[in-house]
Amino acid sequence: MLGGMIAVTMHKLVPLPLAILFAVVLTMIVGAVIEIVFIRWLHKPSVLRMVIITIGISILIREIALHIWGESVRALPYFTGSSVSSINLGGVYISSQVLWVVGIGALAVAALTAFFGLTMLGRQMRACAANRDAARLCGIDAKNMVTLSFVLSAAIGAIGGCVVCPITYVQYDSGTQLAIKGFTVAILGGLGNSTAAVGAGMILGILESFSIWVLPTAYKEAISIAILLAILFVKPSGIFGSAEAARLKEF
Amino acid sequence: MERKHFAIAGFAGLIVAIQLATRLTGTEYFLTQLTMTAYYSLVIVGLCMLIGYAGQISLGHAGFFAIGGYVSAFLTTFDLKSHHGAFISLMERSGALVSRQDIYGGTLLTVHPWIACAAAILLTVAVAYLVGGPVLKLKGHYLAMATLGIGIIVYRIVLGTEFLGASDGISEVPGFPLPGGLVITGDSSSRISNYYLAWGVVILGMVLLLNLIRSRVGRALAAVHGAEDAAGAMGIPTARYKLHTFVLSAVFASLAGVLLTHFNGGIGPSEAGVMKSVRYVAIVAIGGMANLWGALSMSLVLNYLSLRGYFGTYDDAVFGVILILIMMFAPDGLLRRHLLSDLKRLVSRTPAGEEAP
Repeated sequence: MLGGMIAVTMHKLVPLPLAILFAVVLTMIVGAVIEIVFIRWLHKPSVLRMVIITIGISILIREIALHIWGESVRALPYFTGSSVSSINLGGVYISSQVLWVVGIGALAVAALTAFFGLTMLGRQMRACAANRDAARLCGIDAKNMVTLSFVLSAAIGAIGGCVVCPITYVQYDSGTQLAIKGFTVAILGGLGNSTAAVGAGMILGILESFSIWVLPTAYKEAISIAILLAILFVKPSGIFGSAEAARLKEF
Repeated sequence: MERKHFAIAGFAGLIVAIQLATRLTGTEYFLTQLTMTAYYSLVIVGLCMLIGYAGQISLGHAGFFAIGGYVSAFLTTFDLKSHHGAFISLMERSGALVSRQDIYGGTLLTVHPWIACAAAILLTVAVAYLVGGPVLKLKGHYLAMATLGIGIIVYRIVLGTEFLGASDGISEVPGFPLPGGLVITGDSSSRISNYYLAWGVVILGMVLLLNLIRSRVGRALAAVHGAEDAAGAMGIPTARYKLHTFVLSAVFASLAGVLLTHFNGGIGPSEAGVMKSVRYVAIVAIGGMANLWGALSMSLVLNYLSLRGYFGTYDDAVFGVILILIMMFAPDGLLRRHLLSDLKRLVSRTPAGEEAP
């Protein structure tokens, strides 16, 4: 939400790519500030405590956004083409923005996989997730890793907001829905597995879209949450995650 | 008299004092908000029981509040006159239906408020049992997200359902008749009686909860909160106690929803919103988690200020900030029993007990 909103505002002043870049950087800074101010100095916070704090922060951001931008719905222009133009892909007409969304999504997953698998920093972060104390014994600064993960996820969230908002539009309260959906997808895919999360996201999207065949459109949002509940009840490790991996994580 | 009785008597005295103060200062219109505050307080003491004593968080209590309010509102406003059937005529003959005039002078045949209230509570109990079983098996942030999800589902359903008024909600809900000619209604002529009725319900709820805490169940819950595995090993049916507390607090929320809907004469989807649930949790947190009196007094102050509009457009933000600050600096709640010794420890700078991960 923040990413989309900032990009829309900046687009009035600077060209689109620059506006998006600015939005992503600013959102990353906000993410870092939130982590440093609210989370970093807590002594061994329980996950529940962190969840409640972040829910509080999200309410705060929402309210601030309401006071800055008001209640109006905004959107970025389409990156290429316009809302009526489409591209013919083997007989199927697709809006060009959809291709942008899919492309950038794929790029983000590839980048994340490379980051966690190939770079030293990514491996350090994974070590922290698996066993914080052991990671610290190996000389990894766990606190910096948490800050970094906040920055990273803020950046991806902002990119996502920018790419999607020409289609879905953006408003001061569009973040909450996305947060719930994001959590659903993360659980569905098994936490800490970005490739599986993409698969889970697609399953969720398809289920949600097809649900309007049998249920009124107004219930669409409820479907994704019902799926979240069902997953939590039946298989909290996610459909792609292994039970052992979930047990290793201390929640 | 025990200490508990003193506290209840003191609180009842406070309620009377507030009423007398508004009478003396000629500000009796405050009583309307104070009555609404009472019903919200009922939700909060129920939630306090769940969070503070059973140690289970719920970010979906506005959902239960809305179930109560909406079922009651729907049943008492839906005109059955054009519907015929064996069931309806049976209900009519047994006195379960009442006929009344609507604002346009036409007659309405609707379900009696008492029957509607019973239906609302029954549905809440059913829903709470149904979702409570699997939900309470979860821990930590999974529990928080699952209860949040339940709240959002209720919100989406009331928002998306045509016969529940969609985004307009249900209005023209009649008053709730009580024996002795009393009616729960927002009518300004019965403002004082409603004020006392509402707080009377809260005090009854408090007596029930205070007795529960001091009973075998309360001690068992304290053990569950302290160390669930150890409590289980001692033979306490932890899952059953947690579930029953969950259902009880849901019923508190639902009853508050029913009564407030009759008082306000209507209900809208915002009552089911996530912000309401977060607000309830924030008030329980600032009241000191396992401190019913703290939660009640904080609810009285904060709900009243919020309903009078003192927070202006920053209403939600205020509760968000409260929640963040409490969770950062006092995760066990602010107004708790050992507040004084905590402050002393803070001053003398000895490290506090470490929180379990």
